[in-house]
Amino acid sequence: MSSEIAAVYADGWSRIVATMIRLTGDWSLAEECAQEAFATALRVWPADGTPDQPLAWLTTVARRAAIDRVRRAAVEREKLREVAMEPAPWTVDAEIPDDRLELMFTCCHPALNVEAQVALTLRGVAGMSTAEIARAFLVPEKTMGQRIFRAKQRIKQAGIPFRVPPGHLLPERLSAVLHVLYLLFNEGYSGAGELCREAIRIGRTLTELMPDEPEALGLLALMLVQDARRAARTSADGTLLTLDEQDRARWDRKQIDEGAEICERALRRGKAGPFQLQAAIAVCHATANGTDATDWPQIAGLYEHLRRVAPGPVVDLNRAVAVAMAAGPQAGLELVDAIDGLDGYHLLHATRADLLRRAGRDDEAAGSWRRALELAPTEAERRLLSHRLAAAQRTGPRTAPPAAPPPAE
Amino acid sequence: MKYLMLVCVDPDFTPGEDDGKPDVDDWAGEMDGKGIRLMGDRTRPSSAATTVRVRNREVLVTDGPFTETKDVIAGFDVLECDDLDQAIEVASKHPMAWAGAIELRPVWPWGDE
Repeated sequence: MSSEIAAVYADGWSRIVATMIRLTGDWSLAEECAQEAFATALRVWPADGTPDQPLAWLTTVARRAAIDRVRRAAVEREKLREVAMEPAPWTVDAEIPDDRLELMFTCCHPALNVEAQVALTLRGVAGMSTAEIARAFLVPEKTMGQRIFRAKQRIKQAGIPFRVPPGHLLPERLSAVLHVLYLLFNEGYSGAGELCREAIRIGRTLTELMPDEPEALGLLALMLVQDARRAARTSADGTLLTLDEQDRARWDRKQIDEGAEICERALRRGKAGPFQLQAAIAVCHATANGTDATDWPQIAGLYEHLRRVAPGPVVDLNRAVAVAMAAGPQAGLELVDAIDGLDGYHLLHATRADLLRRAGRDDEAAGSWRRALELAPTEAERRLLSHRLAAAQRTGPRTAPPAAPPPAE
Repeated sequence: MKYLMLVCVDPDFTPGEDDGKPDVDDWAGEMDGKGIRLMGDRTRPSSAATTVRVRNREVLVTDGPFTETKDVIAGFDVLECDDLDQAIEVASKHPMAWAGAIELRPVWPWGDE
């Protein structure tokens, strides 16, 4: 794809798909026509030059394609009428209504399962091909194709509307959209990196279209800051590194600064939600020069806030780690021992082991290490835990943070 | 769009005494008034059900339900809604959504794909 067409495709794909869905009410038809429009552009633009109003040009081609297809199929006259009766095709890009929000909310409708939400969002909003999405999720292309096809069919048959939900449904539905984006991001964080980029790109679009939603800003900030540390997260041989082991010089400062600025902008609205708080915690970690220079009391305070808006034992565990760093291992231990429902979680015991060791209770620590080792789900983690146990026994007390992960690492 | 709303009991769920669930008469009154509920009723339990089959041109009648599952369907309503979001809202106001579950089935008119 030429770079000019690629640039238009980046945002133009979802704009055209969304507009065509609104015009025709048919997701498959909309996608086919958007595809045809870009295929035509690939043929025509290199020879004739990129049009002044590329979006209007593409939308016009897509509309003609829709009318042709419906006419050829000689069915669904109603749809044909609708496409044909719309006002004359737009000639200026800026006049084309932006239906991408409708597209995002419909892709993430709660009546679709999460797999379908993710696949539709990547296909419709991000413009990834079925083959690309299949590769990112390590499933055969055919499986992914069927998943997307069934999801589109379900939208039509179940009567899922193409619109931004009304005010009383908005908080719940927006949180579903944010959840899908974060899921995409995390999937990319541990695997296909392009998913991280796409999640951030969609997150940017979402914050442009909904500038007053602090949680959308919070999620964007969180993703930017996490992604900025991507390159430093693994050692040369691919082993996962914890925050204190990472080479901070390899973090993307510019991206961290942008995330920090967005996070601050969101928090100024005074409606701190889970994504904003997680972003704030990530910013604290990412802007410190090292473990010792980290503002642990502030992180502990943010976790305290987070557990009020999004309670859960993992949040409590992370809070205990931060409190231990701020106020000493004994304070952390008391919090760890008060956590309910995480007894089967290896990192609870690893955290406890490290805190016990730092408190000078080495015998008890050994017991917790063993328990953590028993529970560790993967060989890589078992290896990491045995290393830590051995290292701890070798070097005695140290001040590095325990093995529990920083938020959402 | 028309939806068949199946009103179901959930054998695995016991609602609390005072859970603030809406009243079924209020619900029917409101939805009738808005022209959303076209019809609806309770159904007798499966002990009152009769199953009919025709095999080799012979009518076979058996007592009991077609599938030997627990008694799930307690009633039905037919709704006329703009879209699924409206149907979900209507269903969520029905007391059995609080005490059991509501299944929404889009009606598939003859002639539609």
